[in-house]
Formats: sequence, structure tokens, C-alpha cells
Amino acid sequence: MSTEFRDSERELQRFQFRVGIAGAAVLVAFALLFARLVYLQVIQHDYYHTKAEDNRISIVPIAPNRGQILDRNGVVLARNYSAYTLEIFPRKVGDLERTIDELAKIVDIQPRDRARFRKLMAEVRGADSLPVRTRLSDEEVARFAAHRYRFPGVEIKARLFRQYPYGDLAAHVIGYIGRINEADEDRLEDEGVAANYRGTDFIGKSGVEANYQEELHGTTGFEQVEIDANGRSIRTLSRTAPRAGNNLTLSIDIRLQEIVEKAFADRRGALLAIEPATGAVLAFVSKPGFDPNLFVEGIDPQNWTELNSSPDRPLNNRAISGVYPPGSTFKPFMALAALELGKRTPSYTIQDPGYYMFGGRQFRDSKKGGNGSVDLYKSIVVSSDTYYYQLANDMGIDAIAAFMKQFGFGQRTGIDLQGEALGVLPSPEWKVKRFRRPEQQRWYPGETISIGIGQGYNAYTPVQLAVAVATLANNGAMFRPRLVDHVDNLRSGERKYYEPQLVRRIELGAQHIEFVKRAMAGVNTEGTGARAFQGAQYTSGGKTGTAQVIGMKQGEKYVESRVAERFRDHSLFIAFAPVETPRIALAVLVENAGFGARAAAPIARAVLDYYLLGQKSAEAVPTDAASDPDREGD
Amino acid sequence: MDLSARLHPRRVVESLGGSMDRPLLWVVLMLIAAGLVTLYSASYDSPARMQAQLVNLAVAALGMWIAARIPPQTLMRLAVPAYILGILFLVAVALFGDVANGARRWLHVGVTRIQPSEMMKIAMPMMLAWFFHKYEATLRLRDFALASLLLVVPVLLIARQPDLGTALLVAAAGGWVIFFAGISWKALLGVALAGLASLPPLWGVLHDYQRRRILTLLDPTQDPLGSGYHIIQSTIAVGSGGLAGKGWLNGTQAHLEFIPERHTDFIFAVFAEEFGLLGNMVLFVLYALLIGRGLMITANAPTFFARLLAGAVTMMFFTYAFVNIGMVCGILPVVGVPLPFISYGGTSLATLFVGIGILMSVQRHRKLVQT
Repeated sequence: MSTEFRDSERELQRFQFRVGIAGAAVLVAFALLFARLVYLQVIQHDYYHTKAEDNRISIVPIAPNRGQILDRNGVVLARNYSAYTLEIFPRKVGDLERTIDELAKIVDIQPRDRARFRKLMAEVRGADSLPVRTRLSDEEVARFAAHRYRFPGVEIKARLFRQYPYGDLAAHVIGYIGRINEADEDRLEDEGVAANYRGTDFIGKSGVEANYQEELHGTTGFEQVEIDANGRSIRTLSRTAPRAGNNLTLSIDIRLQEIVEKAFADRRGALLAIEPATGAVLAFVSKPGFDPNLFVEGIDPQNWTELNSSPDRPLNNRAISGVYPPGSTFKPFMALAALELGKRTPSYTIQDPGYYMFGGRQFRDSKKGGNGSVDLYKSIVVSSDTYYYQLANDMGIDAIAAFMKQFGFGQRTGIDLQGEALGVLPSPEWKVKRFRRPEQQRWYPGETISIGIGQGYNAYTPVQLAVAVATLANNGAMFRPRLVDHVDNLRSGERKYYEPQLVRRIELGAQHIEFVKRAMAGVNTEGTGARAFQGAQYTSGGKTGTAQVIGMKQGEKYVESRVAERFRDHSLFIAFAPVETPRIALAVLVENAGFGARAAAPIARAVLDYYLLGQKSAEAVPTDAASDPDREGD
Repeated sequence: MDLSARLHPRRVVESLGGSMDRPLLWVVLMLIAAGLVTLYSASYDSPARMQAQLVNLAVAALGMWIAARIPPQTLMRLAVPAYILGILFLVAVALFGDVANGARRWLHVGVTRIQPSEMMKIAMPMMLAWFFHKYEATLRLRDFALASLLLVVPVLLIARQPDLGTALLVAAAGGWVIFFAGISWKALLGVALAGLASLPPLWGVLHDYQRRRILTLLDPTQDPLGSGYHIIQSTIAVGSGGLAGKGWLNGTQAHLEFIPERHTDFIFAVFAEEFGLLGNMVLFVLYALLIGRGLMITANAPTFFARLLAGAVTMMFFTYAFVNIGMVCGILPVVGVPLPFISYGGTSLATLFVGIGILMSVQRHRKLVQT
């Protein structure tokens, strides 16, 4: 009994020892856990605190409103409007095609919307969301809202869109914006401004929209948003407002622009009107234009193909990237060169038989039988070819090239647009650079002859020609052409003017330049431009030009129905007015429209009438070619 | 004693609550209070959960009340049938159980369905306690080996479902019985070594997701959005709580849904985020008091069966708490073990309360059966 008792006593003690062990184990284990908690909650607290904040706070960029573009009178040329878009988050949607099929049952989705969406998918990789439909009606918004639960990864967003109220008017000046693609992204990265483009989907692609992208864009704002684990935003914690882009005011006058583009009707060509004393561009036309609104939300493939394959090449900005021989509009500059270099005096007179012989070859004048006795004044007024064949030969190519270079021929003008072509100022050096075979590289004296009348290798952009005219009108002071007059910061009220930029001041004899201007005035009163400027209430100087289209340009397709027309001459006209103190200078070119006096001069008249008198010219309509007395001597 | 005297309110309370151990009851009530407060915060998005948990609590409390009134001798008689029934159910589950979340855990019985692995948490220590009680006088190593076999069979069946968390708890419950029964230290060492040696082959048996969880524990950042997500987010929640916590209902990790399973297995992350280290300290003290009281009851229990059962049940609470908190703060692999009395869920709550009831019964009957 006692052993049994002692046994069970010992058993109990052993058991209670084990209970003690278990209790100790519990304490040790809890101490371990507690140590871990101290580590997490005290020692590492800051780290985890930051982690938790990072978790819940997301920085959401707020894209700034793009600045507006206005004409010189404050007429809005590019603005923003708010509209609903239906956007798909491709990463959150499994089967895109099926989702779009389903969406099409609720909102109107045309095949071209699909095509555009596919194009965007291919172009804009890595985008959060892409629009499948833009400009939803209120009814469509309501319908989608009711079915929203069925479409995870599809959302309706209110977005600002760019709108160009004048459509294709001045499209080549204004340009357009489009979605930021990979090339744009790389460029922004290189420029170190990528951070400011977080949240921005669009960027200027052409025209001043591209050139003044930085001014127009503004500064991106940020919002600190509390988000949950699913990325839904719960509330806004703080907000740094975006700063809207600056408004651009152009120097062009959209009403003048409209007059010019109407005068062009459906003909192709370009016109540049410049204020000689400042370089401010008053009108900038390249026809045909295009509707920049098509590009805003990503152009659909059908329109894209149409614009690109059209033989009229509407996307080509002829005013700065088209190169044309200047034809007879080159003659006033030749005359000025002759006076400056002492190769001619005003009184020097030739007998014009209607041709010029050189090296056994006959260079014909456009006037059959010639103009009789021709002095320098008359050479311009009646546009004598023979006079300038001879003059060119007397001056030599090197002197011509050196003189013309001062007027900016064959050089980029530095206008504030991208894509300016260089053109060709012919010279022996140019030939060496241009051609590879030695016999091609040689300059033949016979080639100099047709340079004198603005043909041959001469090839300039309309903007070069316009700047040259403006420089002439401005007595040799050349200003860089500018489309933007000033920039307004709407927030600060600050206005930044683009000061006129003097490129160079060409030293010219005052009486020489006076003489040439007088001769050009003669063109419009008694010469080849007289008909177009009949009854003008201001004095003006002008010069007609007709540029031969020698052959098909590179890259142009052979379209039979077009060939005949495409071989016709280009019609040119340069002008400035008033003669005494020119306020406007211009160059106009109408492709394949024949003589300069016929198609180009009336357009020039319309511009001058509007600008100097503030009225539309009734004569901005081309005169009939068959009975055109001006054709002589052109 | 006439009827009116019997129905006197004080007597009613005494006769209803007389079976209750007051210290244990108080600690459990405080834990429940902490649990409801935390659950309220965790289920801001589904208030119905609070009501459901209150119903769970009522049912569980009833279970506790009943268990507290069953004397240990009766429990001893129930041990073998409960164990055999449990095994049969587990086999049935393996053969015709319902699959939920990729695991076969549920068994349809008539109109309802039960989770046999859950009842094993109580049936297992009961069985082993019965076994050791029966052979108390002549315990040898062979008996411990046999007991181990009784333990291993259901554990393997549960682990196969697969339900690692429950298998672990059942194994721990049985293991504590064997420990308290007095297995020699040498044998214990041997088992420990054998356990270590069996790890590599065990690795081969594990499911992919189970292996991933263990690897994730070693380096959660390897798979931050996959299997590492739970641990990363719960550690952030705990760590960002700091000393005093973010305040009740102010846990950003909890309220912005960064904490997965925040009502159930990961509710500790919510608690630690909102109440901080100080709150954790209180929680630890409550658990320590619960376990301490349990061990006191264990030490004073009248019979070998009662002692073993009480000890195992007490240590089950510890196992629950340790594994759960260890998992939430990233030092143990993620296994499905709830935080006792705090996590949402009727089944685990019922088991825990029955365990408390058993402790109360042992305490209540400590003198009556002193033979």
C-alpha cells in the first residue's frame, strides 16, 4: 500500500515535472514569437510603415490641358473638347475580339473602329488602355453603364480631345497630334522629359503642334490616391494640379488663309505671305490639305491609305518640302545681281531676236520673234528670256550662285516647322557633290544659260522664294520666317513674343534695289502682271513665272489619266506691296497650271487686296488661258 | 427541494454555471471579446459575418457547457468509439468526400456535412489518454510504439486530404499525450532524430503548393504576387502596426484588402496592425493565462486519463496560437491553422470550446472521482 502510494506519488511528481516542462516550452515559444514581433513592429517598423504606405498610395498623373492655337486675330484653330470614350485595358481582358463583339451589341462599333483599335494595339505597346470607340453619345454611355459588370477591363472615360474647327484649312501649318508611339517615347526619354509625359497620351506629330509641343503640352500634375489591393482608388490624399499648356498665337490670318485656299480651289500648290520687316508669316498654304481631325484618335487604315496613295500627296507640305524651279520669278534677283556686280547698267540695251545662241545651240525666248530692243527695266516687265540668257553667260555660274546664296536660295530658311527641304542652288561644287561619275560632275557653260531664267537645276521651296522676295522688299534685310507670334501663359498671364530674327543684312546699293522694285512695279502696271492687278488701289511689285516640269518626279506613280496634266508647267508669282514701304511679300505656286500670270497672279492679287484693303478680291478667279494676252514673254 | 426554489435565478445561474471554471471562463471571454473587436474591423465589408460569428459562438458555448457536464469517466468510455468512428469517417472522406479548394475534407452525413479531421483533434488525445490510462501500470517502450501507430494512421489520412494544418494539430495533440504519459527522454530523442531523417522522403510526398509554401517562407520575395503574397502582406501589416498600432478600424492593410484571409487564418495580421506591439502583449498574456490555467487543471487532475487529456487539450491551444502567429509573422510556413477564439469559423470554434469544456469537466470532477 505504501509503495503503491509512493509509486503514484512519484508518478505524479514525474507528471507534474513534465507539465512544468510543457509550461516552460510554452513560455520559450511565446518569447520567440514576441521577439519576432518586436523585430517587426519596433526595429523594422519604419521599413514596413513605408511599405504599407507604398502599398496603399499610388501616384496618379494628371495630364495637363493642351494649349490652344489661335490665329493673329485670336480665332481658335485648335482646341480641346471633352468626350466619352470606351476604353479597353488589354492586359485585363482575355479575349479581345470576343469582348469587342460583345461590346458591339451595346454600342455602335464599326469595322473601321475595330481596324483602328488593332492599329493602335500594334503601334502603342505598353499602353494601359486604348479606345475602341470615341465620342460616345449619352445614350451609349448609359447603355454601357447598365452592362458594365459584364466587362471587366472595359471602362468609359471622359477625355479631352483635340479639335481643329477649320478642318483642312491651314492643316499644314497647324499640323495634328497623335498617340505617343515608341519612337516618341524614346525621343522624350532622350530629352529627359519623359516624366512630364506620364499620363499624356498625345503628342504633336506635325505642323506647329509638333514644333511647339513643349509650349503646348504644359506640366503634368499628380494625385496621391489611396488604392486597395485590387488597384481601385478609394480616395484622394493630395493633389498637385497640372499646369495647362500655353496658348500659341500664330501670325497667320485664318481669313486670309481661307481666301487663298478658296482661290486655289482644287488645284495643287503653295503660297507663303510674309511681313518683310519681321519675317512673320501671314499666310501659309499647301494644297491639297487634309483634315487633321482624322488623326486625333488614331487614323483608321482606310483614310490613311487614301491620304498616302493619293497622287496629289495631300500630306506633303509643299510650302516647305516641295522643290520647284522658280522660273521667271528668278529674274528680278538676276537683275539685282547684274547691277550689284556691275555686269549691267539700267540703260544697257540688247536687240532681242527671240533667241540666244550659245555654243551652236539656240536658246529660245518664250515670245516668238523677240521683244525688240530690251533694257533692264523692260527685261523684267516683259520677262525677256534672251536678256537673261546673255546675262547669265556674262556673269558666270559662280557669281550667280554666290549672289543668290545671300538671298537664301538653296538653304533652309529656318521657319518654325519640321521637314524643310534644302532645294538646289546650282553651282559647280553642287554638281560635284550631287553626281558620282566625273563626266556628270563637270559643269558645262551651256548649263549656266538656263539658270538665268530660273530653269535648269534651279530648285527651291516656295518658302525660300517667299523669303527671298521679302528680303528684296526689305532692302536686303532678311528675317527668319516665323509662324508663331507669341505664346500666352494663361496662369501667370505672361506673354512671350518671338522677336523678329534678323538672318543677315545684304549690302545692296540703294539705287539698285530701287530700280528692281520699280521694274517689278512695272510688271503689275504695264507688264505680265498688269491684267491681274488692274484697278488695284495700292502700288505693288510683282513678277510672273512659269516653271517647266521636265519629267516625272521621283517616287511618283505613273497614272495615265493624270500624266498630261502633270506635265504642264507650274504657274508662279511673286509680289510685294505697297512698293514704297512693303508690308507684305509673297510667293505663290500653282502646280501644272500653266503661265504664272494666269493662275498664280490672281491669287496674289486676292492676298494683297485682303491684306492691304481688307476686302476680298473679285478677281481671285483664274482668267481664261486661250485669250490671255499676258502669256507673252512669260 | 421544491420547484420554486430550484428555479430561483441565483440557483439557476449556479446550476448552469456551476460546471464552469471561473478563471478559464474569464480568460476565454476576454479572448472572445478581442476576437469580435478584431473581426468587426476585418469584416467592414460584410457585416453579416459578425452575426454569423455570434451564432457560431452560441453554438460553441453550448458545446462547451455540455462537455463541461460530462464527467471524465464518461469521456473515457467514449474514447474508443469516437476514435474508431473518426477513422471510419476519414476513410470515407478519402473514398467519397467532397472536394473543396482542391482538398477532400468534407463528408456528407444525411442533411449536413462534417469534417471528420476536426473531431480527430479531440478524439485523438482521448484515445491515447484512454490507451495509456489502461496500461498505466505496465507502460513500456512497446506501448509507446503502439500509441504512435494509433497517432500516425489518422494523421496520414488527414495529411493526404490534404490538410496539413489539421494533421499538424492532431499530431501535436497526440504527441503531447505521449509526452505527458512519460515517454523516456531517450525515446523522445530517437523520435526527434527519426523525424528529421524522414524529412527528405516526406518532401517527396508533399504537394507542389505545400512545397512552395515552405520555400516561400525561406524567401517570400521570390514570388511576391503568388505564394509569397500572403506572407509579404501580413508581415507588412504586422510591422507597420508599430508599437501602439494604427488604431481600431484604421488598419490600411486590412481595410484596403491587402491582407488575404483576413477574417480567418490571417486575422492576427489585422489585430497586430491595429493594436500594435502593446495589443500583442495583451493577447500573449491572455493566451499564457489560458494555458497556465489549463496546465494547473492538468497538474491537479484526478486520474491519469484526465491528466493526459487535459494536458493535451491545453497544449492544443498553445499549438494553435503558436503556429498561427508564427505563420502570420513569417517564421512558420503557411498552414491552415486558425488563431484560437479570434479567427472566424464555426468548426474550429466548436472544437476549441469543447476543449475548454473538457478542461472544466476535469476541474469540476477532480475530487468526485478520487479513487
